[in-house]
Amino acid sequence: MMRIKADSDLCVGSGQCVLTEPAVFAQDDDGIVALLTDHPDDQSARQAHHAVTLCPSRALSILQE
Amino acid sequence: MTESVALELTGLKLPVERGCPFAPPSAYERLREQAPINKIHLTSGGEAWWVSGHEEGRAVLVDPRFSSDKRKDGFPLFMLDAATLRQIRSQPPLMLGMDGAEHSAARRPVIGEFTVKRLAALRPRIQDIVDHFIDDMLAADRRPVDLVQALSLPVPSLVICELLGVPYTDHDFFQSRSTMMLRRTSSEDRLRAFAELRAYIDDLVTRKESDPGDDLLSRQIARQRRQGTLDHAGMVGLAFLLLTAGHETTANMISLGVLGLLSHPEQLAVVKADPGRTPMAVEELLRYFTIADGVTTRLATEDVKIGGVSIKAGEGVIVSTLSANWDPAAFKDPAELDVERGARHHIAFGFGPHQCLGQNLARMELQIVFDTLFRRVPTLRLAAPAGDLPFKTDSVVYGVHELPVTW
Repeated sequence: MMRIKADSDLCVGSGQCVLTEPAVFAQDDDGIVALLTDHPDDQSARQAHHAVTLCPSRALSILQE
Repeated sequence: MTESVALELTGLKLPVERGCPFAPPSAYERLREQAPINKIHLTSGGEAWWVSGHEEGRAVLVDPRFSSDKRKDGFPLFMLDAATLRQIRSQPPLMLGMDGAEHSAARRPVIGEFTVKRLAALRPRIQDIVDHFIDDMLAADRRPVDLVQALSLPVPSLVICELLGVPYTDHDFFQSRSTMMLRRTSSEDRLRAFAELRAYIDDLVTRKESDPGDDLLSRQIARQRRQGTLDHAGMVGLAFLLLTAGHETTANMISLGVLGLLSHPEQLAVVKADPGRTPMAVEELLRYFTIADGVTTRLATEDVKIGGVSIKAGEGVIVSTLSANWDPAAFKDPAELDVERGARHHIAFGFGPHQCLGQNLARMELQIVFDTLFRRVPTLRLAAPAGDLPFKTDSVVYGVHELPVTW
């Protein structure tokens, strides 16, 4: 099962991940990434993967496909 | 491939005139086909690395070994003259010109204002604003109408005014000054516009410090006060950046987006058939036009190897976002405007920690404008051939000066 990690120190709050897969990614009130789950289900996996590639500060990574 | 190819591109000035008139200049393609990263000569003298490839461009912009500090020696300021350069160096840097921890400290307090959730709350008001200006346009007793003046400029201008707490009655003033600043006309005019706008914003921030309102600038001032770090000059810089970046760019994209869709009726038909496709169409239009090309310049602070090329510490790098967004390795048949292609990975907003702070506000404004305009004015058409329009070849940000339309 897919596992993802978000590094809030690297996050620049572009919101790309939230736009791409809101079932997995959110922003806190300060705009920093917050994971709603670190194990996206099969339905979300593809978009979560896309979100990781779009993150402009490489704050997101896939630990396990 | 470690050999750099010194190419004579001494005529290159950005933005350059685009063929047909939408495509990037043919020199871009020639360079990209040669290599994703080439050494070029600058019109301002000296050399810099020109990054054409999408993958390589993203790699440079995300890499902390490349500095954004325009005050550093060797920074490739190829679009600026000596007087403007002196002025930049005399001012405290804007967020755009900061690196690492300093940049993070400046950007972090503001990003909460631009979250997807915060922006969604603005949607109804932006819809009202768009409807209001379209009402006025439809009520005009004369046609054709210049869409730039009727819609493209006033919408983002009013939106950013309300967000920042800037009186909209002053919009003629700051609009004309920021247009002047972006123009490649005489540096005297540019410097005067810069100074006048800076003085206006300084005064505005001073007023907000004593008489706060319910707006972004007042909230930032209050936040700094709570932390005991009220930084007047920094706040003026922030306001300056948000106000100037927040309307001219979006305005140009509104005009070019409408022009792009009207010039590709089959693509417009796709959007009209299903408004759910508009967000995807907006991404494609952002990619296709990439209006802020060549503003993503950096200076290597260490030796870096990227795309097989060794870039030495002290060398300048220009990432051409336009060329990257027309890189066939990232976008199949890049010359085709294809609103269904899925172009989210474009770098029209840049990439890396400096990626446009207001990008999601811009996306929302563009989506609302395109949806509303083509729904309410289904017979909208150009009142002049696209090739005859006055394109902004004399400006740092691409666009059209006028867009006559009728219906």
